[in-house]
Parts: sequence; C-alpha cells; structure tokens
Amino acid sequence: MDDIAVKDIHKKDKELLSDIREALASCMKCGNCMAVCPIYKETRNEASVARGKLSLLEGILSGENEISAGLDHILAKCLCCKACAANCPCGVKADELIVRGRQAVVQARGLHPVKKLVFKLLSNRKLFDIALRTAGLFGPLSFKRLPRKMAAVARFPMPGIDRKRITAPFAAVPLRSQYPEVVKAAHAKHKVAFFTGCTINYIYTDVGDAVIHVLNHNDIDVVIPPMQHCCGTPVYVSGDKELAKSFAKHIINVFEGYDVEYVIAACGSCAEALKIEYLHMFKDDPVMYKRAKNLAEKTYEISEFLVDIVPFRRDDLGEVLQKVTMHDPCHMARGIKVTKQPREILKAIPGLNFVEMKEADRCCGSGGSFSVANYPLSRKINDRKIKNIKASAAEVVATSCGTCRMHLADGLEQNKVYIEAVHVIQLLDQSYQAGEV
Amino acid sequence: MQTLYIKEFQEIVGEENVLTGQEDLFCYSYDATPGYSHLPEAVVIPENVNQVSAILKLANEYEIPVYPRGSGTNLSAGCVPLKGGIVLLMNRFNHVIDVDLENLVVITEPGVIVADLNNIAAEHGLIYPPDPGTVATATLGGTIAENAGGLRGLKYGVSKHYVMGLEVVLANGDILHTGGRNVKDVSGYDLTKLFTGSEGTLGVITQATLKLVPAPESKKSIMAIFKNLDHAGEAVAGIIAAKIIPATLEIMDNATIRTVEDYAHVGLPLDAEAVLLIEVDGIPVVVEKEAEAVLQVLKTNHADGIQVAQNDAERDKLWAARRAALPALAKLRPTTYVEDATVPRSKVPAFLRDVNRIAKEFNVTIGTFGHAGDGNMHPTIVCDIRDLEEMKSVKKAMNEIFLSAIKLGGTLSGEHGIGLGKLPWMEQQHGGKVMDAMKSIKRALDPKLILNPGKLVGEC
Repeated sequence: MDDIAVKDIHKKDKELLSDIREALASCMKCGNCMAVCPIYKETRNEASVARGKLSLLEGILSGENEISAGLDHILAKCLCCKACAANCPCGVKADELIVRGRQAVVQARGLHPVKKLVFKLLSNRKLFDIALRTAGLFGPLSFKRLPRKMAAVARFPMPGIDRKRITAPFAAVPLRSQYPEVVKAAHAKHKVAFFTGCTINYIYTDVGDAVIHVLNHNDIDVVIPPMQHCCGTPVYVSGDKELAKSFAKHIINVFEGYDVEYVIAACGSCAEALKIEYLHMFKDDPVMYKRAKNLAEKTYEISEFLVDIVPFRRDDLGEVLQKVTMHDPCHMARGIKVTKQPREILKAIPGLNFVEMKEADRCCGSGGSFSVANYPLSRKINDRKIKNIKASAAEVVATSCGTCRMHLADGLEQNKVYIEAVHVIQLLDQSYQAGEV
Repeated sequence: MQTLYIKEFQEIVGEENVLTGQEDLFCYSYDATPGYSHLPEAVVIPENVNQVSAILKLANEYEIPVYPRGSGTNLSAGCVPLKGGIVLLMNRFNHVIDVDLENLVVITEPGVIVADLNNIAAEHGLIYPPDPGTVATATLGGTIAENAGGLRGLKYGVSKHYVMGLEVVLANGDILHTGGRNVKDVSGYDLTKLFTGSEGTLGVITQATLKLVPAPESKKSIMAIFKNLDHAGEAVAGIIAAKIIPATLEIMDNATIRTVEDYAHVGLPLDAEAVLLIEVDGIPVVVEKEAEAVLQVLKTNHADGIQVAQNDAERDKLWAARRAALPALAKLRPTTYVEDATVPRSKVPAFLRDVNRIAKEFNVTIGTFGHAGDGNMHPTIVCDIRDLEEMKSVKKAMNEIFLSAIKLGGTLSGEHGIGLGKLPWMEQQHGGKVMDAMKSIKRALDPKLILNPGKLVGEC
C-alpha cells in the first residue's frame, strides 16, 4: 500500500467519526470505568474498557490509528451494559460512543459476515417468522428438554452455540399466533397495544401469556398487532444504523395504525428502543422524529405501566410463598431507569419474601448476541451473577428481559444452582391466579 | 524493537502475554494525566516474580526501557512509556497471599485493587487507610509506588506509613526482600521506604507486607460554611490546637462551591468563601466528645452555617458536595489537571488566595478543594488541551501555583507523585545537592537507567 492510499484511508476514517470529536475529548481518562466494566473485570486488558475504546477512536481522529480489523474486534467486545456511562464523573456516554464507533466500522469495513447473514434474515419479517416457527416445530428433534422449565440443550453441535450451553426451546406456536389480534377484558377501562418483541413471541410465550392475563385482569384490552417485528436493537448496537432505521420505521408504521392509549413492552431493551433509541436514530429527520416521539411518549415497560400509569389491583392478590430476588437488566436499570417498579410489584404480593442480592444491577453477561460470539467470557461474567443469586438464598430470581432470563437459566444450570429464573410479571400473574382459588 | 527481543519476552511469559498489535499498544500509551502519550513497543504481562526477574535481566542486557504499570490511573504521567520500550503490566499479580490477624498485616501481590483489599480487611473489622480517589480502580502496587494518600491523611497518614515490607526486583533482575512483619525494625537503611514512592524508577514491586488497623467503631460528619476564608483557616488551626485530629478535614474554595452548587444543587450558598467538611471517628464516646469540641471551635471562629449529620443518610448528603467537587469541575471543560501542591496547614488560606489571584491574572478556570487538615490542596485547572493559546496561560498559571507552594514552605506533591508533570520544579524545591543525591541513588540501583527513565529525577 503506498502512502497516498494510507492517507486517504485515514481521511475517510476521520470523516466517519468527526461528529463525536467533542464527546470523545470530554473523557479525562481517569479510568473510573475500570471499576464497573464487567468485561474488564475478567480480562484486565485496557482495550476491554471504555477508556481504551474511546482512546482508540480518538486515535483515529488524530490519524494515529485506522479503522482496522483489530478495532472492529475490540469494539465488538462491549456488552452495552452502560455501567461505564453511569459511573463516569464527566458524564461521557461511552456506550453510545462505542456504538457510534461500530457504525463507523460498518461504514468503513462492512458488517461481520455472520451478522450480515442473520440480519438479512431478520430484516425479512415473513422469512424470519417462518424460520423461527420451523425452529419451534422441529425444536424437540434438535434440542433436548431439561427438567428445568423452559430449558433445553442442543442434541448435536450447532453453529454459534456452545455445546454445553442451555438455551430456551423455541415455542411450537409463536405467541402472536396463539391469540386473536384483540384480547378483550371483561370490563375494559383502557386499551393498550402489546409490543411482544422476539423472545416473548418465539421463545418465552409464558411471559406473553402472563402479560396478557395481568392486563386483562386489570380491565385493560390488549391489542397484539400481528405485523409487528423485531425492535431493531440488535441491528442498531451492531452498528448498522440504516438497517436499524428501517426496523424502527416499520414498528412506528405498525403501531400508528392502532387507536390505543399506551404501548406496552415486557423487555427492558425493547422498551428502550421504542422510548429512547428511535429518537436518537431520527434526530436529523424532523418528520420521523415527531412520529417516533409520539410512540415514545406512550410506550411503557409493563412494571412501570402497572405502578406509575394504571395502578395494578392489589385487592385480589393471592399468596405466592416464595423467596424472590431481582436481577435488574442493564437496559432497565441504566436504559429506561426502571428499578423501583418491579420491586414494588414483587413486594405487593402476599407471602412473597423479597430479598436483594448483591450488585443486582450488574450485567448478567448476556449482551444479546455478545454471549453467542463470546460464550466463555460471558459465562465468567454470568458466574459472578449466579454467585450473588445463590448468596441471596432466594428460590426464584425475577428479571425483566428475555435474554437475561435465558442467560441466568444457563448459568444456574451450569453452576448446579436450583433456582428458577422468571419474569416479574409471571409472579404477579401467579398471585392473581392464587387469588382466584 | 527487534523481533528477537519480542521472542525472548514471549518465551518468558508466553505468547499471549506479550501484546504487540497497534491497538493494544495504543491502549497502553497513556495514563490519567492529560498531555502525555507515547507508544510502547510491547506490553509484557508477567504473573510471578521469576518472570519479572527474567524480563528485567533481558531488558537490562539490551537496555530496553521498562515502564511498570498497574491500572494506569496516576496523575503525574508515571506510567507513560515516553521512550518506547516495554510496558510491564502488573495486574495479573492479583492475589492476597496472607491475612495475618495476629500481627495485623496482610501480604499481598501488587495487582490487587485497593478497594478489594479493603473489602477483605472489613470482614475482619480492619481497614487499610490509604484511600486515594481511585480506590475502586487503582492497584496497591501503583499506590505504593506513587506513595498515594487520600482523604484520611491527616489522622492516618499516607501509603508509606502502612508499607512494612516489600519484595522488589532490581533492574539487573535481583530479587530483594525488605522489611517484614516487625513493628519495630531499625536494621540497616530503610529500603522499604525508599522503594515506596519511587514511582517505578528504582525497582519493580512484586509483593508487599502492609499494616492494617482496626476500623473505627463510629464516625460523625460536620459541615461548616464560611463567608470569610480567614475564619475557615483559623477554624482549621483551632481544631488542631484543641488537640483533635479528625480523620478528614476537607475544604472547598468559592470557585468549587459555585461549580458544585450549579451541578449538584446541594444547597451551598454561592457567596461562601469556604466550606469545611470534618469527620471525627473512633470509639463512640470519644467521637461525641470530639464532635462537640469541633462545634465549639467552629462557632468561636464565626462559621456562618453548621450542619451535623445525625445518621448515615445525612452523612451521605454532606459528603455528596465534596464527592461532586471533581466531577463538577471536570464537566466544565474537556481537559482537567488535578494538581496536589501541598503547604503547611497554617498556610492554606494564603495558598488559596494565591491560587485565586493566579487564576484571575492568567484568565484560567481553577477550582481548589482538598485536605485542609494536612495542607494537601487540589488546585484543579479545567481547560481545553487543543487550544494552544489557552494552554500557554495554563502552563504559566501552573508554574505560578508551584512557585507559590514552594515559597510558602510547601511541596510540589502531597500524594500524586512527580513523574513528568512536576519534574520541571524539582530542583527549585530541593536544590541541586538533593537532586544529585537522588540521582546517585537512581544510578546505583539502575545503572543502565532502564526503569521508568526520565521520570521523578529526570535524566541522569
């Protein structure tokens, strides 16, 4: 490669990041992010932590580094858990800057071939639906069910999945096919749309059932738009902003078509996409921004909704005699900042003994597709979480995110800890059911 | 660096523990000090003393500069590999070897994080008192090498008061054991103290014997607001004169108060010239008695407002203001220089006035907070390192601040170390003969000048 070409590369690389120059300069390199980064805790390597990643991006702007395969690899090693941003004395939003860096990588070098393939499938709603339904139908052939609820292990080696890893089985029939478009309550006072997200639709349909029961029980009609699709977060955090925008547009289009008071999600990451991320995506497009804002303003995570907006019925709760602890998903704790509400629900349940675990809001190590690409590392991070869960002496760990639940279930099984992982709303549903008897 | 050397380093620590990729090298080119960075040629990550010895032997033979590093959080460019060579990353030395409750000492490796040691100590009702602002991230090796202090310096001292013994590898690869578990030990030169605070220029610390002390049973925090800086200064002197040694005795100047209030809205009056935050700790009855005496002194010295924390929640509220000082200042501008010039405590008001005058004269933004009880001030200059004109003024202001501290009988550094940042003023503080003596020590222990070369004593 001759000099001119290298210079051209540097110039192009710089242009891709020029808009975050000021934001990067605000990092004073104090290294406080080292105290909270789950990945750094395991690797103790500067390139793992926000300070290192932001320095590398600054190095591109100064022409000392280029957008290389090495940089791609380093930026990929981030769980987007936002712990660094929350702990930053200078208020640097490192998580967003790292995603911004990934966008530059995608523009300069393209998406990772595996991600490209997955996202191609994901972006075709119909094809994606068929693929995941098929996975559900043929699931028992390829995955062996384990005695633990909603747990399975691969019967033969599968690409991208660690042989020992416990995943949840795909549902034989997706949630959205199990229910009519509108699930009516007996005496409806409100009408909401349910954004199911992928894990609830295709895997954890038990959470979807609980959400629908609980909302109906609180005199709320539930509309389940059949044309809804993935919120786009996995694509957005991988750096493919344009593709993510097309997901966002689709969701906005679909939900605009329904006359509902609120949109309810039962997953921290999905809720964050609708409430926060879409606004970031369309900040330079006033028309789309306004539409995204309309959706954002009426979207709530289920526990937030039941505590802050339409208070849930407490008069007919039945006993749930279990000791329960709570794992706060990153995007609940530091994304949409909803941690009090799930606790308020759990503590309202008669007979339920709520105990806090240590570091309840520390990342479980899942990071969505991060745990697929980096299973051994994500297992180490998760093992710390499992240790804290075990130390709490709880019988059940409640959380508010499908991928957290899956990774917790895997960790509990791998560590031979016989504690069940469930969604908060399932315990509330259980309590209402107990109240009916 | 020649491939040959890299191969030899790989043979010592294994291939995966020698980093040479551009991105990895870039990540070890800086520490927490603004304005200094340089790429190393390799990052070598040993896990035991024999590997460190072999690495140093090799580096000494080929005269390769060696830059020991823990978490890289220091504020004096102590870790920056300014002459290339290798960064010797010590964070795989992360084991606490022995907690000796009969002698109240702990034997630990240097890569252990300070807060992690304190968590272990707390299980036994003990504390390791040095608590720099970076306790949650800094390694013990780094804090010992920099002789770090913290908020409790007035009553508990700094790192050197807690290091009882060290295992150190010299530049030629020799492994030394200094000091030990003895409370009293006057056998020979005190090499333990020599290596403590040597900033990686004399040897590499591979193990430390540290003193632990009983955790105080109770604490009481008091905040006092002063509209007049001199009254605050007299109150500080008054507390000490009343024979009370608080664990912490912190001060914030007007610039810091305004910034903190703007950022955290903790209810500080904007016209206050100083806020004092005092914490007494120890046995409950003594704490109550001392707190009462402190209140008397504050009243006698015309405090314009006094708050006493009655419980943990109130204590947290008082401390929120002090904790917000650095973040609030740092958020004002992209670049933050936290200095640690220190003066005899009687000179604190005079020093603060000087800093204010300097800030006005050179038109730079400086907020000062710090440990009034031990005279260790943190004039914090916020600026933009990319603005070369502004940086000229910043450098001039910095120069004046250090000269002022020296003139008042103070010192360049109370707890951050000299490194490169304060090197230009070393001769002014110590004089030529002291510098010669220091350089002789450096040359005696590291004749080929491979260890953190150019730092602390400069070129020899």
